[in-house]
Amino acid sequence: MKSAKYSLTALLAGGIFGIGLAVSGMTSTDKVQGFLDIFGAWDPTLLFVMISALLFSFPAFQWLQKRSRPFLADKFHWPGRTDIDKPLITGALLFGIGWGLYGYCPGPALAAIGYGDSDTLIFVIAMFAGMWAATRIESSGNQ
Amino acid sequence: MELHWEAAITGGLLIGLAAVLMMAALGRIAGISGILWSGLTSVLQGGTDNTWRLAFLAGLVIFPLVFHGISGFPIPPPPSGGTLLAIAAGFLVGFGTRMGSGCTSGHGICGISRLSWRSVIATLTFMLAGILSVSFFRQVLGWI
Repeated sequence: MKSAKYSLTALLAGGIFGIGLAVSGMTSTDKVQGFLDIFGAWDPTLLFVMISALLFSFPAFQWLQKRSRPFLADKFHWPGRTDIDKPLITGALLFGIGWGLYGYCPGPALAAIGYGDSDTLIFVIAMFAGMWAATRIESSGNQ
Repeated sequence: MELHWEAAITGGLLIGLAAVLMMAALGRIAGISGILWSGLTSVLQGGTDNTWRLAFLAGLVIFPLVFHGISGFPIPPPPSGGTLLAIAAGFLVGFGTRMGSGCTSGHGICGISRLSWRSVIATLTFMLAGILSVSFFRQVLGWI
């Protein structure tokens, strides 16, 4: 059983992540679609969200990869896979199509639930259904 | 459309900070699609040791609303795509992120930060697909 400190840190990290999304403009579907609309009225500001996030996270992750364990847990859960396979590409393509079509990726859709728009909640429910479908297909393919 | 460079940079730094906090303190990737799926399915299946995922999701949903309330920072206009598009696009986003093992946060921020080629390729692919999607549905079809 993990400590209360562990869960409180996760709550705080989720909260900072959500506020970051809200401040950056990522919870505005109009703004996200404007960012992806490079052949139309392109709004490049969201490019700076990724650049400034990486400016902080890139050196920090490079340093963390040299450490043996995190501060509040026994070990790092670094993802192990390195292969570029077809599901990775197909999945990223389908995700990108949906992202452009509506303007939400998963984080901003969740962070925007509190804004109270019913279509946002419907998007999140449909997103969960899509995850369920992908998992079903994947597990039937493995049998 | 109004441009908000300072807001984008500030928000990006907060996102980066949250991703680093997750890995430095808990040893976990702040990948939203993965945390959402594993968090909710383990609730449905009665799994244990999942509190951190639910805590992260709770923070992600609740804190932005509190932030807007306290700071007066404007809440963006609601999505304009309508319910049918929300269902179709939401399904694609969920299906694609599950099949492709991640989204903008897990691949785009955390994966690139640890120089994972899988994540670099995935990020380039969904960015390109997003650009082509908006171009097609907006510029060609005029749907969005």
